[in-house]
Amino acid sequence: MSLAIRVIPCLDVDAGRVVKGVNFRDLLDAGDPVQLAHRYDRAGADELTFLDVTASSGDRETTYEVVARTAGEVFIPLTVGGGVRGVGEVDKLLRCGADKASINTAAVARPDVIDEITRHFGSQVLVLSVDARRTPADGSSRTASGFEVTTHGGRQGTGIDAVEWAREAADRGVGEILLNSIDADGTKAGFDLELIRAVRAVVRVPIIASGGAGEPGHFPPAVAAGADAVLAASMFHFGPDNVLAEVKTALREAGYEVR
Amino acid sequence: MIAPVISKVPQPTVTVLDYGSGNVRSAVRALERAGAAVLLSSRPEDVLNADGLVVPGVGAFATVMKELKRVDGLRMIGRRVAGGRAVLAICVGLQILFDDGVEHGNREPGMGEWPGTVELLDAPVVPHMGWNTVDVPQGSTLFAGVENERFYFVHSYGVQKWDFDVAQPRMKPPLVTWSEHGSRFIAAVENGPLCATQFHPEKSGDAGARLLRNWVDSLRPRSA
Repeated sequence: MSLAIRVIPCLDVDAGRVVKGVNFRDLLDAGDPVQLAHRYDRAGADELTFLDVTASSGDRETTYEVVARTAGEVFIPLTVGGGVRGVGEVDKLLRCGADKASINTAAVARPDVIDEITRHFGSQVLVLSVDARRTPADGSSRTASGFEVTTHGGRQGTGIDAVEWAREAADRGVGEILLNSIDADGTKAGFDLELIRAVRAVVRVPIIASGGAGEPGHFPPAVAAGADAVLAASMFHFGPDNVLAEVKTALREAGYEVR
Repeated sequence: MIAPVISKVPQPTVTVLDYGSGNVRSAVRALERAGAAVLLSSRPEDVLNADGLVVPGVGAFATVMKELKRVDGLRMIGRRVAGGRAVLAICVGLQILFDDGVEHGNREPGMGEWPGTVELLDAPVVPHMGWNTVDVPQGSTLFAGVENERFYFVHSYGVQKWDFDVAQPRMKPPLVTWSEHGSRFIAAVENGPLCATQFHPEKSGDAGARLLRNWVDSLRPRSA
C-alpha cells in the first residue's frame, strides 16, 4: 500500500485554445482543452496541468472560462500556471475550479508572494515552477549547484542558484516543485537526473520532473532520482494513442506503484 | 421520439457549505453528477433543511475553524449530527471533527465529535499528494464497489489513532478506513449520520464519483 507515481500531461493554452498542436485522430477538435482533458482522463492521467501562455490580459478571461468548463466535467486534479502574480489570481483560479496554481517569474521577482499565497490558501495550492539550466563549468556565471534559475521559458538567466531557490521556496511554504530542465527540454533524450537528485537532497515537498521525456523508458530513472511525479507535453500529445499507458507500464515494471 | 422516463424517485437535496475560499465548484458538480440537487450556501435554512450537508475544507486547520465559526457552521453541523441528519466532511473538514489540531506548534481546538489529534504526517515527503490505496472495513456503505480503488489525497496533517469504538443505540459501530503514508492515518470515517474523508472524492475520478453516489443514495428515504 503506497502512493502512486503521478503521470501528468501538460497543455499549453493560448486564449482558450491548445497550442503547439496535438495529434489525436479520435478528437473532433484537438484545440479544445476540455476535450483533451477528457481524453487524458480516460487514458489514465493522474492530474492535468494547463500552462496559460496567453499574452494579453483580455484573453486571460478565456482561460478562466476554460478552467471552469474543464473542472465542471473532468474530476481529477487540475493545476493552472502562467500569469499568476499573487493572491488575486490564485483566488480566481480556485473559484473557477482549479485545485492548484503554479507560479514562476512572479516568485523569482518577489519571493514574499509565496508566503502570502500559502498563508492564505495553504501550501497545497501552490506549485513552484522552476526553469533550471546548467551554468558553464568554468565561467564566472557558475552557481554553487551548477544550476541556474531562468525566466521567460529559459531565455533569460537570473544568476540565482536553482537548487538553493527550490530549497528557499519550500521553506517559504510551496507545496510542490515543478522542476523543468531547460537543457533537457525538447531533446527527447531523457530527464536531467542530476538536477532531480540535487533538488531531492534539499527539499521534502513532492517534486514533479519535467523536460526531456522522449520514451516510456525515460520515466523510471526520474523516479529513481527522486521525482514523485512526472510531467510531459509533446510526448503525450504526439506519441501513440496508448503512450500514457505505456509510461505507466514502464513505471510498474520498474517496481513503482501506479494508478 | 421516445418520451423521457420521468423518475419518480425524489432527488436528494445537498447543500455544500459555502465559507472561505478554495475550489468548491468541483464538489458541487461532482455531487450533481452523483444525483443530488445541489446548493452552495451558508444560509441556515439551506444548511439545516437539506437532506445532506457537505463540508469542504481546504487550507489550515485554524483558518477553517475560524471561517466555519464566522458562518455559524460549527453550530449547524452539530445540530444536524444531533438530529441524525447526514453530513459529509472532506479533507480539513474531516480534521476539524477531531479534538484538536497541531500546526506549526500551535494547538487549535476542533469540534471534538471524535477523540484524537491532527498532527503532521511522519513521512519523508510531505504534503502527501496523489493517489493512494485505502484499507476499507467490512460493511462500509461509502466504499461499496470501490474498496480496491485509489483516491486523491492532498494534505500534510492527519489523525493516526482511532479511539472511539463506542456502541450507540440504533447505530452501527463507527467504521474507519485507513491509508498509509509514512505511517497509517485515517482516510475516512462512517459514524451514523456523520461521514468524513481525508481524500477528495470530488477529485478522485470514477472511484470518487461512485463514493459520492453511494453517499447521495444513502440520503434517499428508505422505501417501505
